[in-house]
Parts: sequence; structure tokens; C-alpha cells
Amino acid sequence: MDMKTQTEAGVSTGRRLMMGNEAIAQGLVEAGCTLAASYPGTPASEILTAVVTGARAAGVEIHAEWSVNEKVALEVALGYSYTGQRAAVAMKQVGLNVASDPLLRAAYVGCPGGLLVVVADDPGPHSSQTEQDSRFLAMFAKLPVLDPATPRQAKEMVGPAYELSEKYELPVLLRPTTRVCHARQVIAWEHPRRVARPAVFVKNPARWCATPQFLRGLHQELNRKIRSVAREPEWQPRLRPGDGSYGRTAVLASGVAWAHAYDWLMAQELLDRVDFYQIVLPYPLNPEFAEYVRTAYDRILVLEETYPVIEMQLAAPRLQGRLHGPVPGEGELTPDVLNDILGAFFDLPLQGRPSPAGSGSRPTLCAGCGHRAAFYAIRTTFPDGIFPGDIGCYTLGMNLGAVDTVHCMGAGISQAAGLYQAFRRQGEVKPPIVATIGDSTFFHAGIPALLNAVIQDARFLLVILDNGTTAMTGHQPTPASGLSAGGEPAPSVQLEELVRACGVGFLAVCDPYDLPALEELLRQAQAQIQAAGGPAVIIARHPCMLAKTGQPRRQVEVTSSCIACHHCLDNFECPALIPSPDTGQVQIDPVLCVGCGVCVHVCHAGAIISRDNGL
Amino acid sequence: MKPKQQIIISGRGGQGVLTLTRLLAETAAALALEVITAETHGMAQRGGSVISMIKVGPFMGPLIAAGQAQVGLFLTPDNLKVHSSYLHPQAAVFVNTASPGSYTALDALDLALRLGLPPVSLNLILLGYAAASGQLFCQPQSLEQTLAAVTPAKWLAASQKALAAGAAAWPA
Repeated sequence: MDMKTQTEAGVSTGRRLMMGNEAIAQGLVEAGCTLAASYPGTPASEILTAVVTGARAAGVEIHAEWSVNEKVALEVALGYSYTGQRAAVAMKQVGLNVASDPLLRAAYVGCPGGLLVVVADDPGPHSSQTEQDSRFLAMFAKLPVLDPATPRQAKEMVGPAYELSEKYELPVLLRPTTRVCHARQVIAWEHPRRVARPAVFVKNPARWCATPQFLRGLHQELNRKIRSVAREPEWQPRLRPGDGSYGRTAVLASGVAWAHAYDWLMAQELLDRVDFYQIVLPYPLNPEFAEYVRTAYDRILVLEETYPVIEMQLAAPRLQGRLHGPVPGEGELTPDVLNDILGAFFDLPLQGRPSPAGSGSRPTLCAGCGHRAAFYAIRTTFPDGIFPGDIGCYTLGMNLGAVDTVHCMGAGISQAAGLYQAFRRQGEVKPPIVATIGDSTFFHAGIPALLNAVIQDARFLLVILDNGTTAMTGHQPTPASGLSAGGEPAPSVQLEELVRACGVGFLAVCDPYDLPALEELLRQAQAQIQAAGGPAVIIARHPCMLAKTGQPRRQVEVTSSCIACHHCLDNFECPALIPSPDTGQVQIDPVLCVGCGVCVHVCHAGAIISRDNGL
Repeated sequence: MKPKQQIIISGRGGQGVLTLTRLLAETAAALALEVITAETHGMAQRGGSVISMIKVGPFMGPLIAAGQAQVGLFLTPDNLKVHSSYLHPQAAVFVNTASPGSYTALDALDLALRLGLPPVSLNLILLGYAAASGQLFCQPQSLEQTLAAVTPAKWLAASQKALAAGAAAWPA
């Protein structure tokens, strides 16, 4: 719901409930950002889509793109910024690892148009392979990083962040965390005035092509900029002073840890009784502030997620924090974790609190998911195989015993090559190696890995699980979809062409619903690898069940010949197959079943049948 | 004094936890109350246990501390063992289940099926029930207004029917 008004100048304004990611996107639209590039990843995925909708609502033109990966996204934004226009990239924290190469040099050569790098961290982690702290990567790159505590604050930071970026001609990082990205708050918005700037590229080889002879000077310049950024009045630590009840004591916090510390202090009636700082610019921390903290306080507690970035810069002898304790060195600073730390810091009696008694149900592939069928076929065909996996919904193939490794985007293919080399040199009986990767992840980081496997003659089987979308993060288009970020028709690139262009000899395409056909193809591919070498590729193609494909439904039922062996439950794990509490025989949940009919092939006893076999 | 309330909504990914979260937050906003929510996105949405938190009042952070939620809505009883630690000892707890316990039980799935509603609408049935009990910061009428404002036209009639059926199931 939107509470909309019109100001006298004809500018529309309003207030609306927004997710943190939508708030950041709205901030980008209002600040006159005219290019936004992203690769989807939890918790950052919603930002780009919200830029598209925000731009439409405001009637401004923004080029929004799902780039093929984060490195590409950042380089596109850099080139755009070279012409003096405002650009933004959005990604999750491990995406910044992929983009770190262009990021680090961007600090040296800078950017004339404002460039905001929105990088969403995931303390916990909830949906990531690490809980790394992007503020540290900002420090490593020598780039300013902002740490918003709430969706509202994240939006408020965007405009001033662009001003900071343009004043120093430096990219600026905006680092929300999961609890900011996926929180919702009512937030004021306004339609931007059009800020069309002409694209002007000023040739300057000493800067844009800076060779080593120029880099020392550029580094010196960067150091000067960072010293100055640290003293920018807008970004100094924000003090909520105490009344003297707790003399020479201070709590310093940043990000959502500040917000939860605020709630705790309020609940304990300690707000305004102790000096309470919010650090909005964790790097570069003003050295004069650090010196002040060291002299003005005897007891200092630092609360930050997830690494001790502020604490290390403070370098005070009496600090309490992540580095010196009692704050744990890892994990999210939830209200419960903070309660123990703050309770001890203020010497309050700690109340015993209930803790979770059990773990919840684990995530699983959807009923009818083509990945499940593919994993079942792989596991059945190669019971002694080694299965390097990758990052996406299909990571859940580990539940099915068909994913043995998960590392980072695209790693499964290269790890398969490494595993092959290991067993080849040992000269033992070689286990079949079957790697799996999703279509979007293959486009992101799988292509160089496959190319490398071809030229190194790495002998393994790659199954590309092609569901036609980036499913895990909310169905963003892939390069094969032929759709832009705004949903308009766009050029597309087909997987088959790419795989062949990588030099792969054996390529086959199959719908994994046809289990016998896929199993036959897997055997053929393995024979081909043994006979002719090189990697073989099978594209297992079936659209994502959540993409509302309207595929026909079979009437599947379990007959009384079910022997309650639970082979289907243990090896197929479809959420629609459930054991009867009385007999142990398997039943089909009519609500969850989508009628894919794959389980008919799975049952060894022939007890699962499809009434309308021919559809 | 403006109401201050901390609510958890617990369920399995795909059960409509996020829909209820948005509905309650939008309703708080429409009532000019401060509100902040926390949601589960990503991997856990694939059928795993998910929880949302809604804090109505002058809060800064989106998460609820253990033992502080005054209201709990459980779309599946399986999650009681996982998320009950967030509940205050005197919390009002509404659970979609046929089994009675130390909570207020409503077989919302059964009610949905009997009314010819899609199974997923059990979430709105349970919400309507909780609102009619008077334990929420808002009344069923406020939720109805929000529902009408935020629901796509093709699902509105069924959604309204579910919310109203839940409210009507509360013993007057």
C-alpha cells in the first residue's frame, strides 16, 4: 500500500512498506543512478528487480542488467562511471570475491561518475558458503564502506554515498547484511527529478591504462583520499550520549548489531545513560576518533558483524569485542547473543532464557523438480561415483547422496578435473566422476572450467541441470532465457552452442523425467570418456516447477503391493511421498504431488503406478 | 498509548509465512504504527523450517529475543519444538493442528479443504482466527482492508473467504 501525495512542485512523494533491498533500490533511483548491474545471490537478489520497478514508477530510464557474473557487473559499471554518470552494482558478499579483481584496481584509478558497490553480507551465515565481512575487503582495497543498521538508514545513505563517491572519485561500498536486506519498514520515497548527464569520456591513459610507473603515484593519491574520507563530517560516529550514570564507559556498534543493541538498551532502560555510538563508516575510521576513544573511556564494548574491523582500527588496550572477547569470534549477533554480552558488560543479573529444543525440517527439492530425477539417475547408474556439486537449488542433491562437494560458483567442474588427475596418477581403478552444475551457474563461472577440462583431457562426466532459470534466488533470467532484467525480449545464447564451443566431444540432451533414457545416456557418456577421453556433457533439461509451466499432471498412485521398503523415501526424497504411520506403506500427498510420474520408475516393487500412462 | 507487540510466524517454506508477515506489517503501517519485520529468504524456503518476526512499536532491530514474542502463529505444529523458545511464557499461541495442546489449536487445513479453498489458504484462516481472538494488535476488519489493498485480483475472493472463515471459527 502506498500513501502518496503531490508536492507543490509537482513531485510525487509517499511512504510505503519496503524490504531493505527495495529501500536501497529506491535510494538508487532517487539519487539519479542510471545504470545498475547485478548477479542474483541471497541476500542481495531483490535489489535489481526493485530498481526496474522503481524506475518504471518514477518514469526514469535506468539500464538495469543481470550480468553474467559479478566481475562483469562491476566492470560494466566502471566503464559507465568513466563517462561521469552514476552507476551501481549489487551482489552478495561472495560475489565481491569474484569482482575483487576490478574492485582493487578501481581504488587506484577511481571513477568520475559516482559508483556504489552494494554488497550484502550474510552473518550466520544463512544462505552462503562463508560469513566473511566485506568491510574487510573494503579495507583491503582501501575503499570507504558504509554500514547501515536498518532499511530506512540504508536508503538514506545512498544519496550522500554518491556525493562522497564523486567528491573523491572513488567507488563507495554500501554493506547491508541479511537482517537489513530482508527486514521491512515504512519508508518515505519521492520521484526523482531527472538528472540526465551527458556521457563524456576524457582520454587519460596515465589513469585509465595506468602502467606500473603511474601506480605508485595513484596509490599515494589513494592514501591521501582515504585519510580525508575518514574525517568527512557527514560520516563521523554518531553519539547518543549518556547522562553520566556509566562514566568512562562506551558501547560502539555498527550495522544491525547497533539496532539490536539499541533495542536491548531501551528494554533495560539504559538508553541515554551510557555513551552509545553508531559507527556508520567502519572503514576508514577517523584516527582522531580512535584516539579520543582510547583516552576518554576505560570500558569499551565493540559490537560489529562479522569480523573485528572497527576493533582492529581502534587498537585500544581495554577493548571488549570480537578480537579480545567476550564477543564470539564468529556468528550473527542476534538479540540473544547480545543479551548475554551486554548483560555481563553492565553487570546485570542474567536471566536464564529458553533455547531451541530441536532442529527444523531441512530444505528439500520441490515435488516434481527435474533435478531430483537427474540426481536419482546419477546415483543409481554410478553407485561408486564421486560427485562434485555446485551452488544453487541443486546443492540439495547432497540429501540424495549425489553431491559430495560444494565450494564456490563453478568449482564443481574444476574440482572434478582435479579429482580425475588425482586418481589418474595413482593408477588405481578409477571411480566414475560425475559433476553437476545448474544452467545459471554454468554461465556464471562454469565455462572457463569446462574449457580447461577439455584442454587438460580431464575425463569426467558433467551433467548441466538446466531448469531454464536462476531458481534459488527467485527466478531471474539466464543468458539463455532471451529476457532482459525488465522482462523485455533480449538476445539469448544456448547452452549447447557454448558446450560445443568449449571443445566437448560428447554432448547429449535429455529430459530427466525419462529416467531410463537418462540412465542409458549416462552409461554411454561414461563409455565414451573411457574410449575417447575428455569430459562428456549431458544437459538434463526440465523447467523449474516454481516457474508455473502448466505441465500435464499424471494420476499417480501407490497400490497395495507396496512392501514398505522405503527405497523411494530414502533415495528419492520427494516431499509428496510419505509413509503411513500405521502400515509404513508409502502414500502420496495429493496436495504436494504435481503428477510428474518419475517415482513410477523409482519403485522396485512396481507398486507406484500411473493411471494415464500415455497422458 | 500505542500498542507494542512482538509476533512470530513459523511454518515450512512455501506455506505462506511471508504473505502473513507482509499483511501484518502493512496493517500496522495503515494504522500509523511503527513496524519492522525480519523474514527468511533463500535456501530455507525450499520446504525447510522458516520463521518471520514482526515488531510493532518503537523498535530499531528486526529480530525478537528468546522469550519475548507475545503472539505466535504456527502454520505447522512440527515447528513448535523449533521456535517455541521465542515465545513469552504468557504468549498467545495459535497452531494449525488437529491435536490439542498447551496452545490454541485450529485445524485450518481441514477448514480450507471443507470450504473448497486451496490448502495454502490455511495461513489466512489461522490469521483470521488469531485476529478474532482479540490477541493481535489489530482487528480482523483492519486485516480485511489490507488484504483488499495488497492482494492481486485473481486471488482476492478466495483470500477474503479464508480470512473471514478463520475469524468466524473463533467462538463468539
